[in-house]
Amino acid sequence: MSSNKKYWKSVEELNENSSIVETLKQNEFVEQIPTDDFLGDKDSLEASSTTRRDFLKYVGFSTAAASLAACEGPVIKSIPYVVQPEEIIPGVANYYATAIADGYDFASILVKTREGRPIKIENNTLSAANGIANARVNASVLGLYDNLRVKGPKKDGASISWEALNEAVVTQLNKLQGSDKQIVFLTQTFASPSTNKLVGEFAEKYPNAKHVVYDAISQSAALDAYQAKYGARGFANYNFAEATIIVSVGADFLGDWQGGGFDSGYAQGRIPKNGKMSRHIQFESNMSLSGANADKRVPLTPSQQKAALAKLYSYLVGSSVSASLPEHIDAAVKSAAAALKKAGCNAVVVSGIDDINAQTVVLEINSYLNSKAFDPETTIKTRQGNDKEVQALIADMTAGKVGALIMSGVNPIYTLPNALDFSVGLAKVDMTVAFSLKEDETSSNCQYIAAAPHYLESWGDVELKKGHFALMQPTIRPLFDTKQFQEALLAWLGKDGTYHDYIKETWNTTILNGSSFSDALHDGVFVSESKTVTSQEGTTANEAATSNEIAPASSSDALRALAASVKSSDGLELALYTKTGLGDGQQANNPWLQEFPDPITRTSWDNYLTVSKSDAENFGLVNKNVANGGLNGSYVNVTVNGTVIENVPVIIQPGQAKGSVGLAFGYGRTAGLKEEMKTGVNAYSFYHNFKSTQSVTIEKVSGEHEFACVQLHNTLMGRGDIIKETTLEIFNTKDKNVWNKMPMVSLNHIETPVTSPDVDLWDSFDRSIGHHFNLSIDLNACTGCGACVIACHAENNVPVVGKTEMRRSRDMHWLRIDRYYSSNESLTADITEKQDSKGLGLGNYVFGDRQGDGSLSTFERLEEASDNPEVVFQPVMCQHCNHAPCETVCPVAATVHGRQGQNQMAYNRCVGTRYCANNCPYKVRRFNWFLYSQNDEFDYFMNDDLGRMVLNPDVTVRSRGVMEKCSFCIQKTQKTILDAKRDGREIKDGEFQTACSAACGNGAMVFGDINDKESEIAKLKADDRMYHLLEYVGTKPNVIYHTKVRNTTEV
Amino acid sequence: MKISYQKLEDNLISNMRQVIYRYLTSTSLFFGFLFLLLFSNSVFSQEGDAAAGKTLYNANCAACHRLDKPMTGPALRYVEKRLSEEEGLDREWLYSWIRNSAGMIKSGDPYSVRIYNEWNQVAMNAFPQLSDTDIDNILAYTAQEPPAPVVAEVPVGGGGGETSGVSEKLILGALAVLFALLAMALILVRQTLKRFADAKGVVIEETKSTPIWKAFVQNQFLVLVTAIFFLLASGYYVYGYFMQVGIDQGYMPVQPIHYSHKIHAGDNAIDCNYCHSSARVSKHSGIPSLNVCMNCHKAIGEVAESTATAEYSKDFYDGEIQKLYAAVGWDEATQSYTGKTQPVKWVRIHNLPDFAYFNHSQHVSVAGIECQTCHGPVEEMEIMYQHSPLTMGWCINCHRETNVKVEDNAYYTKIHEELSKKYGVEELTAAQMGGLECGKCHY
Repeated sequence: MSSNKKYWKSVEELNENSSIVETLKQNEFVEQIPTDDFLGDKDSLEASSTTRRDFLKYVGFSTAAASLAACEGPVIKSIPYVVQPEEIIPGVANYYATAIADGYDFASILVKTREGRPIKIENNTLSAANGIANARVNASVLGLYDNLRVKGPKKDGASISWEALNEAVVTQLNKLQGSDKQIVFLTQTFASPSTNKLVGEFAEKYPNAKHVVYDAISQSAALDAYQAKYGARGFANYNFAEATIIVSVGADFLGDWQGGGFDSGYAQGRIPKNGKMSRHIQFESNMSLSGANADKRVPLTPSQQKAALAKLYSYLVGSSVSASLPEHIDAAVKSAAAALKKAGCNAVVVSGIDDINAQTVVLEINSYLNSKAFDPETTIKTRQGNDKEVQALIADMTAGKVGALIMSGVNPIYTLPNALDFSVGLAKVDMTVAFSLKEDETSSNCQYIAAAPHYLESWGDVELKKGHFALMQPTIRPLFDTKQFQEALLAWLGKDGTYHDYIKETWNTTILNGSSFSDALHDGVFVSESKTVTSQEGTTANEAATSNEIAPASSSDALRALAASVKSSDGLELALYTKTGLGDGQQANNPWLQEFPDPITRTSWDNYLTVSKSDAENFGLVNKNVANGGLNGSYVNVTVNGTVIENVPVIIQPGQAKGSVGLAFGYGRTAGLKEEMKTGVNAYSFYHNFKSTQSVTIEKVSGEHEFACVQLHNTLMGRGDIIKETTLEIFNTKDKNVWNKMPMVSLNHIETPVTSPDVDLWDSFDRSIGHHFNLSIDLNACTGCGACVIACHAENNVPVVGKTEMRRSRDMHWLRIDRYYSSNESLTADITEKQDSKGLGLGNYVFGDRQGDGSLSTFERLEEASDNPEVVFQPVMCQHCNHAPCETVCPVAATVHGRQGQNQMAYNRCVGTRYCANNCPYKVRRFNWFLYSQNDEFDYFMNDDLGRMVLNPDVTVRSRGVMEKCSFCIQKTQKTILDAKRDGREIKDGEFQTACSAACGNGAMVFGDINDKESEIAKLKADDRMYHLLEYVGTKPNVIYHTKVRNTTEV
Repeated sequence: MKISYQKLEDNLISNMRQVIYRYLTSTSLFFGFLFLLLFSNSVFSQEGDAAAGKTLYNANCAACHRLDKPMTGPALRYVEKRLSEEEGLDREWLYSWIRNSAGMIKSGDPYSVRIYNEWNQVAMNAFPQLSDTDIDNILAYTAQEPPAPVVAEVPVGGGGGETSGVSEKLILGALAVLFALLAMALILVRQTLKRFADAKGVVIEETKSTPIWKAFVQNQFLVLVTAIFFLLASGYYVYGYFMQVGIDQGYMPVQPIHYSHKIHAGDNAIDCNYCHSSARVSKHSGIPSLNVCMNCHKAIGEVAESTATAEYSKDFYDGEIQKLYAAVGWDEATQSYTGKTQPVKWVRIHNLPDFAYFNHSQHVSVAGIECQTCHGPVEEMEIMYQHSPLTMGWCINCHRETNVKVEDNAYYTKIHEELSKKYGVEELTAAQMGGLECGKCHY
């Protein structure tokens, strides 16, 4: 039955004569549909001779042709050498010992080369000096293949030849010979005996030549203090392995303090042996790596640090000072002094305060203690810069007294606080030459850019410490038309021979003392027995000049001056610091380092103002996690002494001292780097008078900054099964079951350990035959330095995804270092609080009172990190579970278990369902959301031929849509096995390595075969501190962790 | 048909005649040369046995001297004659030069010093062990006339090749003729029978049956079965087609230099690892760099007459060696490198995908597998081609079937002992050793 109802569209239809009704009947749409808009210009479409049919034909044919062509394999050409170099066998890696000395990082290293291409940096285990290769050194190999490097010498932006450049320079130098204008070399710290000698020879020929050494991040205070006391310019050496009490006042000695490289020694003393380990007390304002590792951390502002150091001295030695400190800090200083006193020569004090008096006091304390860890004889020479001379140079330049300025390894227009003065002065210099890798801020303002080679293409020598020498040798022929500074200097002096010959001669005459140069070159290091002072020639003149200015202050004078310099500032104090990733900013165009999450904030691609929680509340600054999983933060305008930086993002940093804020150097570069790498703000503009602490005012401005932070949850919420922690006292006195308890489950109402086969879902395979690999991670020895993260990146061709992708938690790092804060003063207190929560506590929760002891309120409280938290680092990579949850859910069996314990991932089999990642309790699987190689959308390094040269040929470059993860560096274990098979021998302990375990110089990561019962890893597995991550899940991982023990023993 | 057959036969005979004729001419020529040589021998050096001299020459002199071309040292044909005519030096000089050239240079003998300087100051080895008679024999050999180019042999080979082709055609032709005759005979028989029938008045009834295709269409069962059959068959072939995409078994690209593995590995029996030396220690077998070629080809500027085949003449091979010289920058005339090199862009034949890891040294050095196991009869390949499919199934099969070579390898001692006990076998296959795990090849 059809209805007779009539539906009216509008009352208008009642009017039969309405024109509107008629129009609507004819036209369905009232408005003209804008077909032309999306079809394009009608006229030009009609004018085209291609009809729609033709178009479809073309499409059809091209599709058919493309699919036909796809069936044919490409023709691959292979071009062998004409004359193959003897040492190169295609497919076999060569290792060369060399050294990095870029003015900021100094280390003796091994370079792995494949078919003549350096592809990875490794530790030179022969070198005892200056620790291990840190994250920046590990990443420096990528800088070699930087497409933005200067590819040849330039004059005013136009390419010229080296002959032309040399001729122009020599002409100018000769013109200046005998004139009253200066010839100035403004260089980084080379710490190179040969360079010093060469510059000295230059000064002989041109008496008006002057060598100014400039460190971007000044250590002048410490250098001056050491020089006044010990005569040589440098630092005292510290070996923290010898110390049982370490007190640091503002020194991030696990970071870049005094050149860095102290972490190996520190880590040795941190592993409890025979019930003993060192105790580390840290007084600092920013949360640093050292503070994070400390047993006791006292947050205090930079000015309070000075007072604290003065007080420490007075409590220790007995003299009185007139400095006031808040009571709790004073108590902490007192107890530290008592501990130092008790430990005597086993104690050591270090300080990072930018003040000559403070540094003098520290030297005094250590010599008073007669500290074993303190070695003033072995001078560290890796910083030689002098602020006063740099400022004098700028004055001279502005006054027109400089006839030629030749720079090498420095970028003052970026790194100077008064860069504008420098630029003005630079314009008044008759000739300016910059040896530079890049067209950076400074070199692009110079008349000549002398294209410098990367250190992997250069010769060189370094005296890291007195008597500890390292040689630098090229590991690849220069990629571009480059010449190093020393080579050019030789040419300008009209000397024959190469710099290599010059080094060889210098070494044979002054350093080697009869030893073989070839052996030294092979080892990369040389320790001279006699420890003769050899490298002073070049700098003695300058040193004499400066040392006159420094009054050799007596300890009491220094102490008084230190106490007097404590100003009680009302406002905020800014502490400038360096980050593990970028350091002084030389490698800002290195995407590995940009993407490297900061160990403390876990934030990449940015620098930011770190603010304490209470200060943030005062200023109304917020950090919040937004719906897409990213972290957003407020902006502030920061003003220091008239210099303003606008829109600095803010991160609320647990542990930041109230009344202090922190900002990292190294960001905000503007020239010589890719658009993506121009991140952050330039903190150098606040570096007035080369003081890293400044008084500062901040002002909140509107807007929100989008951070690329990879860890949004900062606390453990009392989950002691992720990180097990205990104190030394409990560790020494209580049973293992108290502090490292095996989780139990109930089987037939009987408590059974989760590792028991009775409660397991799966049958176990017999893994006792052949190799069975395990990786041990000691949470006590891990300082969170991140060298392993970069080493893994380089070894396994891990792509860089960029800031926006990082923000979406799509980072590809196979190895991450989780950092957790405690919510109470300690992590153990968190566990107690969680266990003590009673019931749900809904009432308290609903009424917004977070004080109750119900679990809802407790958990909400636990989410918040403490103002002065305990910090713990935990490297997490694929745990290679023997009962892996990921393997059971893969629909195509792309991830399977190997007999040697690895959880293997067959990329070519993976279809990208991501079930495995969802089922992984450790969240270590990484999905390739995009094609990251040869894709210009990801303009980092894999999209150009030069950048791809760093890729490891033994590891597949993954494509879009496949899952990837840590493989236990199976390419390395397989190689070790094959080498042994070829030699027909058994494998010795220590031969098996992964990239991370090889990069870890702290002994935190140990890799090996547990079926070899004598091996170190087998012993570590049997250790009482051993536990598995999330043991109760029953995954039986092959990565083992060692319970963190803190030495909380107060004296 | 018969006529054509006759023609063929004629051709064949004439061909054979030609061959015989040519052969005869060449032999007569050869004898002529031999006669001449003998005669010339008697003219220039009455003492000395040229045959013994050849052996001595090859053993002692050939490393640096050729008869007709300069090599490391000068060309030696008619050396005695040349020296006596141009320099006035006698055989005694030659004796002392050969036995101790360095001494002669030192003593300041003018010609010795000159020739020493002329040849890049490379002193000739001393041969004190050669007696006067030995040297006489060598000189006799160097005094021989060069043999005239042999022209007869190549066509003989060519003729041989043709005859085999002809014989095949012949058989086919004969068969065709036979079938044609049979068919004709059948038609004739039918006609005759029909004629008989006509004559006898028998009427053969032509039964009106449905044509076979109609019958087929009407039989639905048959249609169905056929359809299924065709579907299955086409499915089989389509599957087969797709499964061979990307498998380049038999891939035989044209290379920039015609390098014959047959000549090098086959005829001359050079060990594979001599050129592909990195196969012992590296994952790559390595395409030999050109300096490896020059180890031999410095001395071998042309191939022997006997190397030439029907398909590739001596000129062709010599041309290929010239390509090598051009690539490596070798100047034959001055016997020196010009420094102008031009790397050879070989076409890679064996291509594994990037995600598969294969290591030659594991298979060559550790397992001791013959190269031919995977690469086929390389020593018979004039042009190299891909012998094996190089698919994963092929790899896996071999791992399942091949026993691990554990003898005299301390690495395997413990694992072999334990594993063989576990599996209860004496010999372990690569698979039992873990050679089937994904991660062993894919990482």
